[in-house]
Amino acid sequence: MSNADTTPIAPEPLARQRIIQYLSAPGAAIGMTLLVVIVLLAVFAPLISPQNPYDLMQLDIMDGRLPPGSESYSGMPYYLGTDNQGRDILSGILYGLRTSLIVGVFSAIAAALIGTTLGLLAAYVGGRTESLLMRLVDLQLSFPTILMALMMLAVLGKGVQNVVIALIIAEWATYARTVRGTALVEREKEYIEAARCLRLPRWRIVFRHLLPNCLAPVIVIATMQVARAIGLEATLSFLGLGASVTEPSLGMLISNGYQYLLSGYYWISFFPGIALLVTIVAINLAGDRLRDILNPRNI
Amino acid sequence: MITSLIRRSIQALFVILAMTLIVFIGVSVIGNPVDILINPDANAAERTRVIAHYGLDQPLWRQYAIFLQGLLHGDFGDSFVYGRPALGLILERMPATLELAFSALVIALVVGLPLGLYAGLYPDRLSSRVIMSGSILGFSLPTFWVGLMFILVFAVELGWLPSNGRGDTAELFGVRWSFLTGDGMRHLLLPALNLALFKTSLVLRLTRAGVQEVLPQDYIKFARAKGLRESRVISVHVLKNLMIPVVTIIGLEFGSLIAFSVVTESIFAWPGMGKLIIDSINLLDRPVIVAYLMMMVLLFVALNFLIDICYTLLDPRVRMDGRA
Amino acid sequence: MPLLDVQSLVTEFPGAPGGPGNRAVNEVSFAVERGKVLGLVGESGSGKSVTGFSIMGLVDRPGRVTGGRILFDGQDLASLSGEEMRQLRGRRIAMVFQDPMMTLNPVLTIGTQMTEAITAHEKVSRAESRARARDALGQVGIPSPEERLSAYPHEFSGGMRQRVAIAIALLHNPDLIIADEPTTALDVTIQSQIISEFQRLAETHNTAVIWITHDLAIVSRLADDIAVMYSGRLVETGPVSDVLTDPRHPYTAGLIGSVPSQNTRGTRLRQIPGMTPSLGRLPSGCAFRTRCDRATEACATVPPPETHEGARGFRCIHPVHPELLTQ
Ligand SMILES: Nc1ncnc2c1ncn2[C@@H]1O[C@H](COP(=O)(O)OP(=O)(O)OP(=O)(O)O)[C@@H](O)[C@H]1O
Ligand code: SF4
Ligand SMILES: [Mg+2]
Repeated sequence: MSNADTTPIAPEPLARQRIIQYLSAPGAAIGMTLLVVIVLLAVFAPLISPQNPYDLMQLDIMDGRLPPGSESYSGMPYYLGTDNQGRDILSGILYGLRTSLIVGVFSAIAAALIGTTLGLLAAYVGGRTESLLMRLVDLQLSFPTILMALMMLAVLGKGVQNVVIALIIAEWATYARTVRGTALVEREKEYIEAARCLRLPRWRIVFRHLLPNCLAPVIVIATMQVARAIGLEATLSFLGLGASVTEPSLGMLISNGYQYLLSGYYWISFFPGIALLVTIVAINLAGDRLRDILNPRNI
Repeated sequence: MITSLIRRSIQALFVILAMTLIVFIGVSVIGNPVDILINPDANAAERTRVIAHYGLDQPLWRQYAIFLQGLLHGDFGDSFVYGRPALGLILERMPATLELAFSALVIALVVGLPLGLYAGLYPDRLSSRVIMSGSILGFSLPTFWVGLMFILVFAVELGWLPSNGRGDTAELFGVRWSFLTGDGMRHLLLPALNLALFKTSLVLRLTRAGVQEVLPQDYIKFARAKGLRESRVISVHVLKNLMIPVVTIIGLEFGSLIAFSVVTESIFAWPGMGKLIIDSINLLDRPVIVAYLMMMVLLFVALNFLIDICYTLLDPRVRMDGRA
Repeated sequence: MPLLDVQSLVTEFPGAPGGPGNRAVNEVSFAVERGKVLGLVGESGSGKSVTGFSIMGLVDRPGRVTGGRILFDGQDLASLSGEEMRQLRGRRIAMVFQDPMMTLNPVLTIGTQMTEAITAHEKVSRAESRARARDALGQVGIPSPEERLSAYPHEFSGGMRQRVAIAIALLHNPDLIIADEPTTALDVTIQSQIISEFQRLAETHNTAVIWITHDLAIVSRLADDIAVMYSGRLVETGPVSDVLTDPRHPYTAGLIGSVPSQNTRGTRLRQIPGMTPSLGRLPSGCAFRTRCDRATEACATVPPPETHEGARGFRCIHPVHPELLTQ
């Protein structure tokens, strides 16, 4: 535009603008705050939790199934009660959060890496590779995650590591499809054309030009995926396919409480469930807003 | 139409074949087939007999052929736990799962569609915001935990509803169903609600998104410009366009409901396939696992096939050129 | 009394949060008599379609009419209830939309979309409404209309779809038709056919037409009056013959200068320099001043008021006068 004296509004730095915009929605601010608190709690769990719930020496079976607010023999308060093995629920939750977050974040990142790489590959190489990869993606996406996960666990056997592997295998396809879609659109744009004309090497076009533009959708999916992975890990642990009994994750704690629910020992399942819920809600709130702002299509 | 049907059938066959290959690779190559196919309690003579029976001494491609042959005859081997054909076990429990999944689907649609429509049509109303926040909660609530809370509240504290089993059943078409008896209905209610929770949120959000995509379209404005009543604009012009995504949801989510019923069935001791498969994974009852996986593959392929056909019937554009 | 009398119409879309709204239509006034055709011209984004939608009461949310009055047949449209407005739409005021590819619902047959337009306003049998739909299709030159009734929009070309939309608009012999670039998608012969149809309609049924277009040639052929829009404002109005031969506003002059037939062969087409400013950041004073070769300091102070000159009106403080130019 050539109109000289339209006073341009001094633009804020884009990143800052984005952050302000992001936090201006109450849901996102709440979600973000909760998330920070949760992550801090999980990281510093060994420092703040009253006991080490994985150390069987610290557990006293005599303290089993104490209601919230009771005290142990040694006078230590059990704010949220204890489980059947005398494990402090609060400590169990703090440690369980660690497991949940690690499993969720790790599987989401790994799936994002694999999926993004394959999606870019498909979009850039095209031809047979592309159609083969995309067939695989379609095939996989036509089965629900939990079924894929069960399938993997049936083959690999139980255990946390296998749950992570199952989650990665169950989720990579979402990224691959989205990244390929975005990359296909980007590929047609002028700047890629320009990069081609300059005879830049292929990898450079892919990583310096295609990849950055596919990042927004990947970030959004990854956020949501962390929440899903945490939920799924808890579900699988609840079904007895995940974490071991001696190092319970949130799902496992809830599962432990299941047997005692009918007898009225509600707290063993209730509080870990709340922790799980708050974590997932926080991530979803934060992610929902992220989606609105980054506004990637085809999700 | 006929040619596209044939083409799709062939595609479906390929998918099934691909999945058999994946399951076969999973069971025979990644896992240890001897462990997987032979009951750990079996004695040496039994082992050699089974190894010979399944051809585990044969090259891989022959093993695959044998595996396929078994599939064709519906022979997945006998359950280690029950000592009966695995397929029979699965089929026996299928109606319970189908009943649960179908009930949940109905709940999800009956609740999710109207709420989503409302939230899409009046996005600025407070009630719509409440609905949407509720749906985030519905997405975030871990199903199994909600199931436990249902039991805690409705079964333990209030004592209104039973928390396990199918209750009384009555026979229809030679199969026993819970929903035909009052007691069965009472047993069905909590598990169905539990299973429906996540899908209700999903249906709600997808419906809202669909409405918001259709509403700004020129053809909706043009329908109004013709002087149509708002009721007709919504019930015909908006809804007809929504039918396409909704049918997809119904199809795909029904399959996913069956898969997810694994969780709900475990909580409410609902005697369906899902509970069986979890027990089987825990007990390493592999013939049952394989049979379950293959049944699910079949089911999903069949569902996708049905969705495709519905698409063709619903969307005139697809009808013409044979693809979306 | 004119059939349609638009007075100082303002239609706004919310701008940046907290800031003022964007006025897509800004203090627009014009009138259309029964049986007359008004050509509404202007560049892309000048607010022509939004003017049309404002009259129909169909401005996209969150935009809305925030000022002025629209009198139709003496009645203030703002005073009508939703139901009364609905009864007016399609029956007494019809509109043909700009993009024929998007106007028809892809999942309903042409027949359904036509008959529903009839039954929305009249109690008629299915058979009769179908018969009328068929006749209307024939009227706009669609071959074998009976069969086409059961076809879906995607089976039609863009031009055919536009003719269907026109047929729908004509179904109730409305008093006013707002035709938003109705012939842009059509080839030349069909175009003249449609234009003749509209002319006939204006004459025989005494229908008033607002013809929105970029094409001054069509306006000169079809319209009685012309209204030129720029950045939401009407910058010049008046009888077509006067305005096109002797424009007052530099923008109108520029538009005429860029029409091929107006130029002597061999000379270059004169283009109006620059681009339409976006609504959010209009220059102060006269919105056209950044592109105007007659602009002075004075043009930057306030938006030029309307100057009247007989039946004509324009908003410019240094109007074009050919007798001055030749000196
Ligand atoms: N739904 C909407 N939301 C926000 N702004 C809008 C909307 N519709 C129109 N506008 C704004 O109103 C202005 C006028 O648009 P309008 O469609 O009336 O232009 P037009 O004169 O019809 O142009 P064209 O010749 O391209 O059809 C544009 O600047 C546009 O940005
Ligand atoms: S008012 Fe000034 S800037 Fe605007 S059109 Fe007239 S001469 Fe040009
Ligand atoms: Mg327009």
